[in-house]
Amino acid sequence: MVLAIHLAYWQQTIIKSIAVLLCVLLPAGAFVNLFLFKMSSFMQSRLGPMEAGPHGQLQLLAEVGKSLQKEDITPAKADEKLFKLAPYLIVASVLLVYVVVPFGPDAYFTNLDVGIFYALAVSSLSVIGVLIAGWASANKYSLLGGLRAAGQLIAYELPMVLAVVGVVIQAGTLNMQGIVAAQANGEIFGFSGLGNPYILTQFVGFFIFLVAAQAELTQTPFDMPVAESEIVAGYMTEYSGLRFLLFFIAEFASVGAFGALAATLFLGGWYLPGLDMTANYMNVLGPIIVLTKIIVIAGVIFFVRFTYPRFREDQLQKVAWTFLIPLSLANIFLTAILKVVF
Amino acid sequence: MPPKPNIPGKGLIKGLGVTFKEMTKTMFPNEGMKKLIPSPSKGAHTVQYPHVKEAPPTRARGVIALLEENCTVCMLCVRSCPDWCIYIEGHKYKAPPRREGGKPRTVSALDRFDIDYALCMYCGICVEVCPFDAIFWSPEYEYSEPRIADLLHDKERLVEWMDTVPEYEAYEAGSEAKVKKLPKKGGK
Amino acid sequence: MTAVSDRQQLQYIAGQAADARVNVELETEGMTLNLGPQHPATHGTLRIIVKLDGEQVISADTVMGYMHRGYEKLVEVRTYPQVTTLINRIDWLSSFANEVPFILAAEKLMEVEAPPRAQWIRTILFEMARVANIGLFLGEMGLQLGAMTAAFYAFRDREFVLNQIEAVTGGRFHPNFDRIGGLKDDLPKGWIDETKIVMKRMREFCDEMEELLVGNEIFQARMRGIGVIPAEVGLSYGLSGANIRASGVDWDIRRDGGPTPLPYKDLDFTVWTHPDGDSFARYWVRLQETREATRLVDQMLNGLPGGSIMAKVPRIIKVPEGEAYVETENPLGAMGYYIVSKGDLGPFRVKIRSASFSNVSIAPWVLRGVYVPDIITILGSLYFILGDIDR
Repeated sequence: MVLAIHLAYWQQTIIKSIAVLLCVLLPAGAFVNLFLFKMSSFMQSRLGPMEAGPHGQLQLLAEVGKSLQKEDITPAKADEKLFKLAPYLIVASVLLVYVVVPFGPDAYFTNLDVGIFYALAVSSLSVIGVLIAGWASANKYSLLGGLRAAGQLIAYELPMVLAVVGVVIQAGTLNMQGIVAAQANGEIFGFSGLGNPYILTQFVGFFIFLVAAQAELTQTPFDMPVAESEIVAGYMTEYSGLRFLLFFIAEFASVGAFGALAATLFLGGWYLPGLDMTANYMNVLGPIIVLTKIIVIAGVIFFVRFTYPRFREDQLQKVAWTFLIPLSLANIFLTAILKVVF
Repeated sequence: MPPKPNIPGKGLIKGLGVTFKEMTKTMFPNEGMKKLIPSPSKGAHTVQYPHVKEAPPTRARGVIALLEENCTVCMLCVRSCPDWCIYIEGHKYKAPPRREGGKPRTVSALDRFDIDYALCMYCGICVEVCPFDAIFWSPEYEYSEPRIADLLHDKERLVEWMDTVPEYEAYEAGSEAKVKKLPKKGGK
Repeated sequence: MTAVSDRQQLQYIAGQAADARVNVELETEGMTLNLGPQHPATHGTLRIIVKLDGEQVISADTVMGYMHRGYEKLVEVRTYPQVTTLINRIDWLSSFANEVPFILAAEKLMEVEAPPRAQWIRTILFEMARVANIGLFLGEMGLQLGAMTAAFYAFRDREFVLNQIEAVTGGRFHPNFDRIGGLKDDLPKGWIDETKIVMKRMREFCDEMEELLVGNEIFQARMRGIGVIPAEVGLSYGLSGANIRASGVDWDIRRDGGPTPLPYKDLDFTVWTHPDGDSFARYWVRLQETREATRLVDQMLNGLPGGSIMAKVPRIIKVPEGEAYVETENPLGAMGYYIVSKGDLGPFRVKIRSASFSNVSIAPWVLRGVYVPDIITILGSLYFILGDIDR
């Protein structure tokens, strides 16, 4: 951050840690409040929570308070250390994804040269957390859920990575800031006023990324691991109180994380056409722009979630392996050819 | 047989359209879509209960009211209840004759008339069976208590419910049934 | 009569192979999973003990009785109006439909016929109960599969039907309206027009469900070809109602059940069948049945005869000695009451033939070799209510 005062490294680290926590909690809270409570309720002809605060805006606070005061139950036969470790692993992996998302020309946590590669690698750490939760719960439903999750999350990593490869080919760099700059400075058939958000050229990649993200987030129609009507709550069955709250926060925060990645890769990140890329005020305006784009993408994800029934596990795998991966390979092929030709 | 969707994905898009339409119907009911005034409280199908109360229909079986003057302690309602939730005690006394030189009449008086709403199945057999029009249905439903024992409504409380008993409705065309009239209090 | 389909055969073979693998090669036990009495998917307290090999079912056992309330014993000490009150609660979603076969059987024993207006209104309420019950199934099948929004639409639109039933009988879920010899009371003013509007709304609801769920590719992928029940197997297990009509058997008690005092022979309705016998067929048949029921109600409202509501029956009803059995096409299937009377105020013995008890008995046969999610799909599409199974 370009500030008037000069902070020591450890002070900067503290500010960044608090900021990343805010980054996680703010979108999670916003999505739960806006989409889970209100949008899904309006779709279902009802109003959602209305009692806590005006129009139920304080319901989040009530939910957090309720979860915090619950009894901490660990099943008798569960593997205690692993059981308690699992939620923290998942939250940690979500926190680590936000570290590499740029929010402004100088507003970023780190500027890794392997930005997007790091983000995808670290987001797959949550698979371990889910597996551990499923196994350590000593519950057959959790085990089923955990194993389904393992298969599903690993299967959908591939289409996601391949979809991103198309963007990387077009941008020419793995650095997230570089991708934003490439979109800002790009041209559409010679017209440079709008920049070149990659959703226009990489629409196939965008579609694949969204579908794969829906599966990575275990949202319907890919929510076999947490199939509520079959295996109760899947790998989260035995968790209650604060631990369940951590799972819940992690789920909604990772919606935000993948939304941030999609916004940066396909929608242009913190840049809006017409704004100055290097100005100082972009460090304040940038996060707001990114948050808006995240909300739009999360809106699409939740809209699909509340409408469709869920796939069965083998159908899910079929979609990934026989439909998405060939499609993304074709996309890469085409992108590479067009990049060289044009 | 419903045809399979021709374009792959058409069914999925239609499904999204349905939920989107419902969402906009809830957020902008009636004419709101033309002026984009959101008023979800009017569009939702749910009623915010403690603040807004729906009125049940006239015949709704909410609570049973007692018209004490008409009861002759015949015990028909007690015997016909499937749960045996009505408790009645009465006694007979000699009332003065109606005209001079007649015999004193035996009249029954009601001592105790309790209905245990913790047991009551709200079937209405007691109301139907009473030959003297002493008990009636009322659509009141807000009488839940924190203690089960308080759900035993005694005679005074049951008489209080008489104020909430509505008049009988008219019947549809083509019906031969005659509309009954609610007896006025104080008559027999 | 269709033979066992290829897919069903393959699944059965796979189940056997899984069994063999488990027992011989790897020396590992299959996992026994209890889809226990408390579970979001079973409609109440049904327990299914499945032995799994990974995600495939080797064998399934249903354990019922967690909700047994002892109806057949309770009614031995109660009079006929009191029994009518109790039996409302057997299949609690199709409220009025439970009373009808019982009252018809009692009237058969008494040799009393209710006047035509009463029979017509009885049938109107019967078909409205069918709309309410199967309408809920349409939305709630989506809930079993994960589309929670569909269930909300079903509950929302069901409210309209329940409000109409409450306007007539005074009770939404437990009308307790049928009496030996007729009905308790007549229709209130304005009810016929309101009900026509409600039926139109229910038809729009069916269209909405068709757009939201039936055309949905995911829904079709989950339901087509799952849980195929060939017609002979279904008949041998005693399936009835939409379950057997979805396997291609054209049988409906309303049309084929012999002479009945209910006015079905004067009405014009289609009986829907589907040749496939899979879960999608059962859903589709029920969707068409709901529409057909709304049309039936409209027909009956237009042609309702005038007259009295109650035949001449004594105040205290004593049904003469004898035995009678009457079966009707209830929303869940074929429901019948076998009344043995000894001339008392109440029946001596009542045997309740409930549809769901037979419908769910096919579960061990049809669940072999399927995946765990398919268990939920198949059981959901067979559509049973626990109160009906356990009585």
